[in-house]
Amino acid sequence: MTIDALTGVLLIPALTAGLLAVLPGYRLTSRLNMLAAFLTFLTAVSLFFFEPVSGRYLLVDDLNKVFIVLTTFVAFTTSGFSASYIGHEIETGRLKPNHVRFYHAMYQVLMFAMNLALIANNIGLMWVAIELATLTTVLMVGIYRTHEALEAAWKYFILGSVGIALALFGTILIYMAARPVIGEGPDAMVWTILITKAANFDPDLLNVAFVFLLLGYGTKVGLAPLHAWLPDAHAEGPTPISAVLSGLLLNVALYALLRFKMLLALNPVAIAPGPLMVTMGLMSAVFAAFMLYSRRDIKRMFAYSSIEHMGIIVFAFGMGGPLANFAGLLHMTMHSLTKSAIFFAVGHIAQIKGTQKIADLGGLTISHPVLGWGLVAGVVAIAGLPPMGIFMSEFLVVSSTFARAPWLVLILVIAILVALGGLFAKLNTIAFGEPRGSNAPAQASYVPMFAHLAIVFAAGIYMPPALVTGFQNVSRLLG
Amino acid sequence: MQGIGFDIAHMLAGSLVLMSFIQLYQQRLSALLNVFALHALVLALSVAWQAYVQNAPHLYITALIALVFKAIVIPLALRRIVIRLGIHREIENVFGVGLAMLLGIGLVALSMVVMLRVTSGADPLAREDLAFALSVVLLGLLMMVTRRNAVSQVVGFMSLENGLVLAATGAKGMPLVVEISVAFSVLIAFIVIGIFLFRIRERFDTVDMRAMDRFREEQR
Repeated sequence: MTIDALTGVLLIPALTAGLLAVLPGYRLTSRLNMLAAFLTFLTAVSLFFFEPVSGRYLLVDDLNKVFIVLTTFVAFTTSGFSASYIGHEIETGRLKPNHVRFYHAMYQVLMFAMNLALIANNIGLMWVAIELATLTTVLMVGIYRTHEALEAAWKYFILGSVGIALALFGTILIYMAARPVIGEGPDAMVWTILITKAANFDPDLLNVAFVFLLLGYGTKVGLAPLHAWLPDAHAEGPTPISAVLSGLLLNVALYALLRFKMLLALNPVAIAPGPLMVTMGLMSAVFAAFMLYSRRDIKRMFAYSSIEHMGIIVFAFGMGGPLANFAGLLHMTMHSLTKSAIFFAVGHIAQIKGTQKIADLGGLTISHPVLGWGLVAGVVAIAGLPPMGIFMSEFLVVSSTFARAPWLVLILVIAILVALGGLFAKLNTIAFGEPRGSNAPAQASYVPMFAHLAIVFAAGIYMPPALVTGFQNVSRLLG
Repeated sequence: MQGIGFDIAHMLAGSLVLMSFIQLYQQRLSALLNVFALHALVLALSVAWQAYVQNAPHLYITALIALVFKAIVIPLALRRIVIRLGIHREIENVFGVGLAMLLGIGLVALSMVVMLRVTSGADPLAREDLAFALSVVLLGLLMMVTRRNAVSQVVGFMSLENGLVLAATGAKGMPLVVEISVAFSVLIAFIVIGIFLFRIRERFDTVDMRAMDRFREEQR
């Protein structure tokens, strides 16, 4: 195997993980973590300029290039946030030095697993990578060893494993469907071979396989009613992990789902995967929007907001067609950036105030203006108000599907508005009014948060033509 | 030869479903662990038989992993945990045995209807295997839902994984990558579970999930 950009995005995190597992001292290791994430990001960007040849195990195409650049970018900025977050956790004694070593190593293992899932050319390998990503996040969610953290990790582990198990059954069924056409052996699991022969697969087997894959990977995407692990895992783990979960891991599971949707779409007799995805997407969006109102924990609230947005994205991809796919892709990118920016702000806020309860937070724009207004900007963006990028993408989702399914889109719009109301009602208590709780000065790294918000803001006003063409190519690929 | 090969594979896969049913109505944890060991043993036999009929020697490795790891090591380790925690006589079902059995029968019927219908084109051995495998998977899920105790949820999850191995070996010529990864994932899963069980013990003094649920309600 030659070393190129494709193996680079795997080797860098893998080697760094080994290194981080033995190096002491959080200052050094958190910098090393950042450096490795940055190098991985650069390697991922280089995929656009020097495209390596896809092999039997790894592949690169327009679809996964977008995902991998987004993943490595958010992973890099999150590692910056994580450095200051972990510094504070060490000072307050919530994390011990050996926990931090474990945490940093796991962070890189997670990066490795996510990158592998995105570039795997073998559906079995992709499954293994997603399973690895699940296990590492389970360990990280439970890292505080409190009642809540352990309970969240356990719930995530059980539900995640069931989802992963169902996905494996679906993967086996895909192999069964491919075997008569492609022949026995490893070829019948190679993505690039599957996609050329999909039209001749047994349609009934493909249908059943997709149902299992949708339920399995859908659990990892956080689609209702399989979402139960998601709010707990977000609320109880370290905040950088909440940012990675919401911003990246949900996308990786979605990517797997999209791959199989492409496979089914090529078979003329198999069921259309779209309506199933539309139903689950809408259900998640509506359900999560209403759940926002009764939340008392700030991280839990934004976790529900993630469910809502994943619902919108799955809805857009389920509707299909170049425009809706474009909208879905844009929305996914914007959501990743915005939601991780919000978690960066929330992480620092929770550290300063020493609590995540919304009732105990208040008047942040007065006591901590930079963080407070950063959070306000993030919530404005996530709620889908102009001029931010999410407004653009939500507008595109609605306008590109309205002609085809006006009633469904109406439900979606109601969900978006309900969510907007819920978010602002809570934001009002958190950001404005009388300051409550600790007034300790913030030791925060603002750069990652504002970098994300700036990109989201810029995307709402102007999209570079190169980006638009890139997204359009992917949308066509998705069909 | 083809006839008897098919019959034996059929019988072993059927016994696996039967074992899943027996797990459903176990009232004590220690008995449940015994049945799980038997479950894994039947799986090992079934995989070994598949290796023989398909003339696929690498499947013997999978069979060996199932035998050593799932039928011996894990049940023994879990038994130690259970005895140390002093919960080997306990078991809490969410609903009664009768209802659980009825649901189980419904799930098996469902998987037969679904799998036999959609795999009409495949060869009969793979068909039957897949239908039985789905039954085992669904029964494992049912067990995870109907038990409150963390240990029995783990057993439910592992019998679900056994169903997956049955499906993977039934699919002729499936690459080895997958089988090893399945076994490997169970290993990791078990380590994770082990860690959690001990941590839970430290914090809660019980592995009853209801204690956790109660705790959570206070938190909300």
